[in-house]
Amino acid sequence: MNEIALTSADRFDIRDWLRLEMFPHFLCPGCGHGLALRAFLWAVHELGIDRDALAVISGIGCAGRLSAYVDANTFHVTHGRPLAFATGLKLARPDLTVVVITGDGDGLAIGGNHLIHACRRNLDLTCLLLNNEVYGMTGGQVSPTTAAERYTTTTPAGNCEPGFDACKLAEGAGATFVGREATLQVPTLKNLIREAIAHKGFSFVEVISDCTEIFGRKNALGNSPEMVLRQKAGMRPDNWGNKVDRPFRPNPFPTGVFVRKTRPEYLELYEAMTAAARREERD
Amino acid sequence: MRAAFEGSQAIARAVVRCRPQVVAAYPITPQTHIVEGIAKLVADGEADCEVVSVESEFAAASVVLGAAAAGSRAYTATASQGVLLMAEVLYNIAGMRVPLVLTCANRAVSAPINIWNDHQDAMAVRDAGWIQLFCTDNQDAIDTTIQAFRITQDTELPVMVCVDGFILTHLFEPVDLPSQEQIDMFLPPYRFSRTLDPRRPLTLGTLVGPEHYTEVRAQLHGDLEASITEILKADADWADLVGRRAGGLIKLDGPHRAKIGILTLGSVYGTLQEAARELLPGTPLRLMALRCFRPFPAEALRRAVEGLADLIVLERAIGPGAGGILATEVRAALAGLRDAPRVHGAVAGLGGRDIPLGILSRLLRLAEAAEPVRCTVIDLRSAPPARPGGAK
Repeated sequence: MNEIALTSADRFDIRDWLRLEMFPHFLCPGCGHGLALRAFLWAVHELGIDRDALAVISGIGCAGRLSAYVDANTFHVTHGRPLAFATGLKLARPDLTVVVITGDGDGLAIGGNHLIHACRRNLDLTCLLLNNEVYGMTGGQVSPTTAAERYTTTTPAGNCEPGFDACKLAEGAGATFVGREATLQVPTLKNLIREAIAHKGFSFVEVISDCTEIFGRKNALGNSPEMVLRQKAGMRPDNWGNKVDRPFRPNPFPTGVFVRKTRPEYLELYEAMTAAARREERD
Repeated sequence: MRAAFEGSQAIARAVVRCRPQVVAAYPITPQTHIVEGIAKLVADGEADCEVVSVESEFAAASVVLGAAAAGSRAYTATASQGVLLMAEVLYNIAGMRVPLVLTCANRAVSAPINIWNDHQDAMAVRDAGWIQLFCTDNQDAIDTTIQAFRITQDTELPVMVCVDGFILTHLFEPVDLPSQEQIDMFLPPYRFSRTLDPRRPLTLGTLVGPEHYTEVRAQLHGDLEASITEILKADADWADLVGRRAGGLIKLDGPHRAKIGILTLGSVYGTLQEAARELLPGTPLRLMALRCFRPFPAEALRRAVEGLADLIVLERAIGPGAGGILATEVRAALAGLRDAPRVHGAVAGLGGRDIPLGILSRLLRLAEAAEPVRCTVIDLRSAPPARPGGAK
């Protein structure tokens, strides 16, 4: 049996990828975003991406803070605009791996417009949307993914609006890779993110994260362990076919890869179009 | 009722007692406590209004514009980036002459991101056509908010109530919260002369060509200047009702014989008053807070600075490449005035930098300069670094 020797360079040590001088971080105890960041950096590490060839862009919110902790080319832009910024960046530097880290407020509310157009355009970007169901950084207001009837500081009598299904939105808008995973299983999440980054075209990954301090507490969902177990109770891996199996278990968020298809990537299309235009001019 | 409230909660209660029917807002620090407070009062059954948690400030401004145009008293609150994102709609609201009240929990503007107080956000939209009133303390914030609903209705001009983020919004202090009866006496039910109504069709904000646009803009300018009458009347009527003025156009403190004056905006007025009282008792100083920044009360300012040899303008915003925004406007307002004071411009307290009592002596040193000081950032910790990338 051949043993694969792991050298120290192969082993994933998250500290190699962090700006340790930025620590301690400011995420709350029990927040799922740290696990999401770990899964992302682990995926980047496994793909062998050089940190100088990686650009991480984030907007505003708890998820928006993560870019600051990554030791790569990072940009912290205005609220809701990381995908628009990333589009410009990728067009200028197609050689870079460009990853956007956004949240449910940043990516689905104030920046929702940019998300649908990024999906439609199919530029080779990866968008990680960390969904914690709430505006955590501003103290817990209702967000587009807050489930109906949940309590937040702006819905003290319960949320009367339905929440968004971000993956269905991305799929409907034409994203060529769409997947969802929870922070409960970091290796699976890592694999999903790795596939998303490797995918040619626009890839969208929704990460089910937990806001324990501000959302969980207000809704009596317990602490971090209870909230993570709740993820497990609710999820359906894709090898189960994502079928709802009520009444045994609710199925609020199917996980896995929902869309994996090939469509010409934006830059390729654009280059082909300009090349054709030049040819016509010559003829 | 006199009680200690956090500034935001006091404002929330004042807003709710003005009986708005639609409130729309998006979370942004340090404004958020205000709408959270309103949402809670509604959930507690203490207010009958619809609170809409919208998807951005752009949507918030648009929702309240629609609500007000369709005949509802409407309210929103925001700060910083939120004000800038709203900017397009703010111009629209003023151009359509729709009555609205907005609380701006003043905060610095990015980049770099900074959530703390200065006045750059309000200054960025000073030419949007809104009335802009700056509050010096939380009592002022309550009274001005209530007056704002009356002013906006009387003038059909939107009103932005500027409250220093954190310094006032998060400060607990004892305030007198006027009763529902008092506010009902002061504030008539909402009315808007051009309410959208299918039985009386009309259009707001339609395309206007060069043959009319100038007149519309000139009318906005003229009406904004004339709104000084309604702003003063609202304050006078309020004083008749509760025995307390909110400051009219300019708040004034200090003896008439003073030769040096300091003019500022917002809560730093209280800092200067305390500094003058504690550190320089007996020194004649005239302290002024411009409550009404838009319309700019040039006449009132000319009267307020009478007899001064030096006027120091202290402001928490900067017009890069031009200097102090308030100082520039003050100079313009005093231009041509006989015996006008020398105007010195000082910028301090950007991005939440604390303005301590000791600022007063540093400000007064400006008056000793041989030539008027155009603009100095008075609380720099160190000289700014050289241009990024070095001199080119």
